[in-house]
Formats: sequence, C-alpha cells, structure tokens
Amino acid sequence: MDFTVGLLLKLVPGLGGAPAWVLITLGAVVPAVLLVTMMALGPILYVYAETKIAGFMQDRIGPKRVGPHGMLQTVADAVKLLFKEAIFPAGVDKVLFVLAPCIVNVGAFLPFVVVPFGSHLQTADLNVGVFYVTAVASLSTVGLIMAGWASNNKYALFGGMRSAAQIVSYEIPAVMILLIPVMIVGSLSLQDIVAAQAGGLQSWLLFRYFPLMPIAFLIFFTAGMAECNRTPFDIPEAESELVAGFHTEYSGFFFAMFFMAEYTEMFVISAVTSVLFLGGFHAPHPALQDIHGFGLGFLWLTAKAWSLMFVMMWLRWTLPRLRVDQLMYVAWKVLLPISMVLVVAVGALLMIPATRNGFPWDPYVGWLVTIAVFGALVAWMAGARLAKKRHVRDLAA
Amino acid sequence: MASAIGSGAADWKLDDLETDEMVLNMGPQHPSTHGVLRIELKTDGEVVKAARPHIGYLHRCFEKHAESVDYPGVIPYTDRMDYVASMGNSLGYALAVEKLLGIETSPYVSTIRVIMAELQRIASHCVAVGTYGMDIGAFTPFLHLLRDREKILDLFEWTCGARLLYNYNWVGGVSHDLPEGFVKACRQFLREYDAITIPELMDLLIGNKIFIKRTAGVGVLPVDLAISYDLTGPNLRGSGLPRDLRKDHPYCGYDRFEFAVPVGRGEHGPVGSCFDRNWVRCIEMAESSKIIHQALDLLEKSERADVHEKVPKRVKPAKGEVYSRSEAPRGQLGYYVVADGTGVNPYRVKVKSPCFTAMSVFHVLAKGMMIADIIALIGSLDVVLGEIDR
Amino acid sequence: MIRYFKDVWEGFWTVLVGMKITWRHLFTQKVTLQYPEEKWQLPPKSRMRLFMAYEDCIGCGQCARACPVQCIYIKAEKRDSKATPIFAANGQPIKLDVSVFDIDMSLCCYCNLCTYPCPTNCIYMTPEYEFATTDLTQQLYHFAKTGAKFLTVNPKAAAKPAAPAAPAAPAAPKATPPASGTPPAPAAPSGGAPPAPAGA
Repeated sequence: MDFTVGLLLKLVPGLGGAPAWVLITLGAVVPAVLLVTMMALGPILYVYAETKIAGFMQDRIGPKRVGPHGMLQTVADAVKLLFKEAIFPAGVDKVLFVLAPCIVNVGAFLPFVVVPFGSHLQTADLNVGVFYVTAVASLSTVGLIMAGWASNNKYALFGGMRSAAQIVSYEIPAVMILLIPVMIVGSLSLQDIVAAQAGGLQSWLLFRYFPLMPIAFLIFFTAGMAECNRTPFDIPEAESELVAGFHTEYSGFFFAMFFMAEYTEMFVISAVTSVLFLGGFHAPHPALQDIHGFGLGFLWLTAKAWSLMFVMMWLRWTLPRLRVDQLMYVAWKVLLPISMVLVVAVGALLMIPATRNGFPWDPYVGWLVTIAVFGALVAWMAGARLAKKRHVRDLAA
Repeated sequence: MASAIGSGAADWKLDDLETDEMVLNMGPQHPSTHGVLRIELKTDGEVVKAARPHIGYLHRCFEKHAESVDYPGVIPYTDRMDYVASMGNSLGYALAVEKLLGIETSPYVSTIRVIMAELQRIASHCVAVGTYGMDIGAFTPFLHLLRDREKILDLFEWTCGARLLYNYNWVGGVSHDLPEGFVKACRQFLREYDAITIPELMDLLIGNKIFIKRTAGVGVLPVDLAISYDLTGPNLRGSGLPRDLRKDHPYCGYDRFEFAVPVGRGEHGPVGSCFDRNWVRCIEMAESSKIIHQALDLLEKSERADVHEKVPKRVKPAKGEVYSRSEAPRGQLGYYVVADGTGVNPYRVKVKSPCFTAMSVFHVLAKGMMIADIIALIGSLDVVLGEIDR
Repeated sequence: MIRYFKDVWEGFWTVLVGMKITWRHLFTQKVTLQYPEEKWQLPPKSRMRLFMAYEDCIGCGQCARACPVQCIYIKAEKRDSKATPIFAANGQPIKLDVSVFDIDMSLCCYCNLCTYPCPTNCIYMTPEYEFATTDLTQQLYHFAKTGAKFLTVNPKAAAKPAAPAAPAAPAAPKATPPASGTPPAPAAPSGGAPPAPAGA
C-alpha cells in the first residue's frame, strides 16, 4: 500500500498536502477500483475465447459476424442481457433472489486482493494471503445455495444442493495442497511464495520434488475446476439434465452476473494456481523479465493464468460430465487421500536435510518437461495442419 | 393428447402422495428427451422411485393418412415416422407391398437399396451416439459425428435430391439410379470415416473413463427382460443376444454380404448396460461400412440396370394381407399392410415401431436410478418420438 | 486396491488421449459455410421449389392425383372444338383449358411424386430453396396465366423426353443461381464428385 500511496503522490503532486486518511483511503480504493474494472472486463474476452475455442475444436468457426472475427459478439451478448427483462418468477424470495448473484460475484472478486501482479502490484500484501484465499473462495457457495432456494423451482433447487455439496467437498483437497507450497516456502504470504520461485523456470514450485509437486498441481487444478463448476464438474448447471441448474430462473442482468462470476472465478483460480506453482509474475528466464527497466511481471502472470484458463476450456470441450455421486467419490476417495499422502511426504522430505531443497534432478526436469510438452503440442499441431492440407488437396482432386 | 403407459396404473393414486417424495416433470420441452417426451418422475432426492413416460405429443395420424392415399403415396408418409433414418422406413414399406404384389426386384436394385440402408444406418447411429455423448456432457463428439453425417446426406442429396426425407425406396424399385461417380465418392467418404472418425470416436468418447463410469452398470437390461418386452435391434444386442434380421431372415440380398453382428460383451460392467448398447451402435457403424464396401464392389462388377423396371404403373394388389419386417437402425420395423382388393389405397397400414417397444421397458429400468442416469437411459434406448407416436 | 489405482490411472490417461484429439481438431479443416456469402452448390436433382411450365400443361390432373398431400388444385374445361389447336412442347395436343393451376408450397412435402406421371414433363422440382415469405398466402403459387403463348404448330421433331429432374435454368422463376463465393463444385448434371463445400 505504501507503494500505491507513493505512486499517487508522484502522479498527483497536489495530494501531498492532504490529510493522512485521504491518502490511505485513496491508496486502498484506487487499486481496488482498477482491479475490479479490469477483472470485470475480463469475462468479455474469456467468453469470446471460449466460444472460439469450442468452435475450433468442433470443426466449426464460432462467432464471426459481429465485429472483426466475431470479437464484438460477447459485447453484443452483454448488451442484450442488460436490456433483457429481469423476470421475477412467481413465489421467489425477492431478497435472496437478487442477493445471490451479488454474493457469488463477491466471492469471485475477493481473492484478487492478494494476487500479486508484480513485486509491488498487489492490492494488499496480507501476510496470511493463502489463508485469506481459502476463506473467501467458499463465499460463492452461499450465493449458489441462495440462488437455488430462492428460485422456487425444483430444478434450481437440485442444482443448488448439488453445487453446495460439490464446492464444499472440493475445498478440502485444495486446502490440503495449499499447505505444500506454504511448507516449502515457510510463509503464508503470496508475495513470499512468488519470491521463492525467482530465477527462472527451474525454480518454480511445479518442478520441485518431481514427480510429487506436479501431482499436487494436478490435484489443485482439478479441485479448482470443480470450484468453478466447469465440466467435468458442471453438474450444478448440467445443461442437458437440469436445463440450467441453479440459474434456470435467472434472466437478463442477473444471469449476466452469474456468467461473469463464473469466468472471473476461473481467472482467479488460474491466477492463484500460477502464483503458487508456476512462479507468479516471474518469467521463465530472468532475461525476459523486463524490457529496459519496465517490468513485464504483470504480463507474465496474465499469460500463465490465461494458459491455465485455456486448459480449463480445453477440458470442458473434451470430457463428459461426472455424475454427482461420482464427483463426490473423486473428491473424497481419490483427491483427498492422495493430497494427504503428498502433504505428509513433502513434509517428511523437508525434514530430511539431504532433500531440504528438493530432489537432485529438480533443476533439470523443469526445462525437460516443458520442452517435451510444448514439443508434443507443436508436433500434433503440425500433424493436424499437414492433414488439413492433404484433405484440401484431396477434395480439389 | 397424451396417453400414459407403464405398469401399475392402479397403484399410482394422486391422493396418497408422500411428502418425502418429489414429483418432477421432465416435460415435453427438455434438452435431452430426444423429441417431445414427457416423463413423470417420482424421486426421493436424487433417486428415482417411479417413472412414467407420457407419449403422443407428436402423433400425426400416419396410419389413418395411409388409408387415404395410394400405395406409392404412403412412402413420403413413412419417411416422416423415424425422420432420423428414413431410408429404413421406406424400405420396410416397399418390401411389404412388394410381398403383397409378388414382385422381386433385380439384384442391382437390391444392392442399391442395401447401400442406401447401410449409409442411413451409419447416419442414424451418428445422431444416436452423438446426442448420447451430448446428454452425458461431451459436446465435441456430437459435432464431429454430425460433420460426417452431413457428408452422407450430401451423397443422398446427390442421388435423389433430398437430404432428410427421401421418398427413395419405391414399390418395385428405387426412385433414382446412382449418379456417375457415386461409387468413387462413397468410397472416399468411407475411407475417411474408417480411418479418422471411428478411431477418434472410440478414443474421445467411448474409451473415456468418465463416459464409462457414467454408462457402464447403468440401466442394465437382462436378456430375459429384453425378450419379454420385445426389444429388438441394438437394445437387444446390447444385452448379449445376437439377433439381427439381416442375418437371421435375410431380405433385400443381405445374404450376399459378410458382416459381423456386434453384441454387448459387458467389458466394463454387467452385460446389457447403457455402455453396451452404445458400444453395439458404434461397432455397427464400422460393420455397415464393411457392407457398403462389399456392395460397392458388387456394383462395380455388375452392369447398370433400369431401376424402374419392376415399378408397376398402378399398384392395385389383390385382396390380402402381409406382415413384413426389416432391421431399421433402431430395431425391428414391421409393416402390416392389408389390401382389400378394391381401389388403389391400402385398407390398413399398421406399423410396429421399435422405439415404441423400447420405451415400454423404460419404467422398469428407471426404478432406483439417479436423475442423471435417467438421461443416460433414454439416450441409450435411442428413441425417436416421431416413430413412437407416428 | 489394484483396481483403485488402475481406475485412477485410466481416468488420467484417457483424459489425456481425449485432449490430444481435441487439440488436433483446433487446427484441422473447418466445415463452416459462410451463408449467404458462400452457398452450397445444390445438385441439379435437388427437390426444392416446384415449377410448372403452363404452356406445356395438358390439364390431365395426374399430378394432382399423385400428390399425397393434395397441394395441387386444377380446374380445367374442355376447349372449344373450333378453337385453334395448340400443342405442348413434346407434340401432345392440348385439349383442355386450364383455368386454375395452383400449387400450395406450404403444403408440399417435396416428395417429387407429381413429376413422374406428367405426360409432357411440364412440372418439375428446381434447386431453388430461397423462397421463404413472411405471409403464408404468398406460398400459394398460381401458375395459370392469361395470355399465355401456346404452340400452334405441332413440334414433331422437338420430342424432348426430359428427365423429371432436369431444370431448364432459364424457365425457372426467380431461380437465382448460387451467388458469389468460390464454389469449386462441378455443377454439371452428369458425373463428377458430389458438390464440395465452398471455402475449403
């Protein structure tokens, strides 16, 4: 916060004479407003990306007409939703009905406060950052249950109950895994966790104690996807079964708010995962960290979060949906035991002096794995493009 | 006009509603009920205690219409029953009337009919498997399969001019001969289909552990139950019984071709689960491809014949009745045609629809399932409401 | 126990296999046709809008009888025996004055059964499919026109037993040929591969 106040004083010299409380308030409010504005505009981009990616994976083009390459499609959708009549079905509990989307949004936006976009670009560097994230992430559950109950609709009630069970169950393995970076780094503050991953790709927490940390990352990412109600965990809003689950009865602006909350939550989970495992705002190589003294940390964190969001979208269009009892099975009988074993294992390894700083092969594994994965992706892409060329040639023949 | 089917109509009184149970209506408008089907579910939380389907929302009086048009004029109506697989419908009717008249079509016409029927089987199973995946939550295989279905429909459009409702199988022949280059185009399509679509479908959908977990062990249909409810087609074969009219009572020259009849093997759970029925459909697509290849080989070797050679100028059968059945993609489709010897209109055309009988077993299987499984069950029975309601 | 680990591993592995397929599909050929800039080239046998050449109609009513949904309405009177003899294009003499020949396209089921019994092949289906109207009454087509120019000389040599699915393009009403775009399709009625989608 001192950083923000200092920046404000530099930009607006007239503030120097203002009383202390004005400076403190501005120092807190300005970044929060900036953050909320930026994050609220994010879903426009993410929905466009989702529809385009869905289209391309399904051999079709996706939005194309509204704006160049369909870029204004989400804007058009948002404007349409704003102007739509917000229908209040008969018998709904009006207070809860209106409050539910608000609470879900609050639960989605609050974790942003502690996400570090740079060594000073953080709204509030709480020294219990990880604990705070855990606490506020489950706030959206309350909103979902409220939405399901207030809708006076059996389908919505089903959706609400399912989502409550799902989110609460998947919190537990997530929190267990959260303990591991905290143990390794020795601090709950997200800024410290990022600082411990400085120096390039090989020091990212993803590649410590290989293969234990990648498994932890996978579990955390899976639990995070379940928190966002993304397929394969989208049973609360299972389109083909419950029409739209807990948000069946919402229309117009309220629906837009649920939609926005989902994509914001996706970004939050991705950002937190990148901070914990993928090195936060550090570049894969220190040389790429800044250009002529201008730090690129913000862009690196956004890029990592966007890559994780792409993976979430990729999974959504690949996998079928888990049934609710199978969902519970995965959370309690697969993810939780494995995460507990990991916590104990990493904790034990940290106690042994020989492995205090990780396994001996850790520094090399990072680059190897990254190059292997990206190489495979590029190879498949090239293969697909070659097949496409051959296909076009065959058709013309 | 909705009629209720299902056993125990007597023990479902509106008065003794228990408050623990919830009556949920998966109404006529629902994303997953494969048409306008209404299912009344009595659930205890997520578990279904009783299910009662209500049909009749798509009843269009096909059998009554058939009495007021002449025999060839019934064929456009038959197309519209199972609109997803209309070649099969018109083939069944054409075979029935030909039996009545005593006409035997030439091998050339039979081969064309087989090619069209098998292409239609592939197209119909594309819809069945694709929409099933979509109901389970996998949106992508549906679009990949529909892309291939479009290619098949392009072949149909090229041959007879229509994409969905063809009026192709006539009494005594087919309406259009195959165009020049059809064999080459068909082979090219099948090549791509066999090499890319089927393996990708197996990897992306059928082999997916989540899909297996959702469908294996769900809606297990024991063989004796299937037989007693008169299930046929992939629903019966999914329970392990290799009954296929194309092999048991070959018609239309099917005995000239070699193909296997897939049965459910219960590799991921008990035999007769939703997975097995779906699996049978996927393998049937590959088998149909084999049949078409053989039929195309036959066509290349034989000479073109006149497809209108045996088509009678006026269809006026003598007094008589016939029941003829064929293996439609959804099961055994039967036509009972009664001719009274006077006039050019049939006296009565009764259709035994495979989806109707498949729906009749629904209420038995639905007991004790979860709501998500109800969706899986309907999709695995592959019902098309146009055929149930006619 | 082994079963448990096997399940977990299979779950993980099949997810990766599926992801590979969808990743590849990101870069494969897209099949979308940008209508109306690119239009699908319909094969000539396509059964879309009905057309009927009034000058060739002999008023026999066979098409109306063959239609399963009775969408063709014909009213014909015997021609005056002293009137000039008129002929259809295939040489058949026209003995009836067709005063009403209406086809209700909103009833038509596109089965093509009306085209086969026509002795002069004056009724046929064209590949024209863009004839949607906002008013249902506009779907009732009136083909009988006053002041039609009939052939008064028997064109004996011009016997054209045209196949039912051969639309003479100039005769089709408002038959706009597929507009711009780059359709690489072989529009020739005979042979070639089935029309390929434009924009490949």
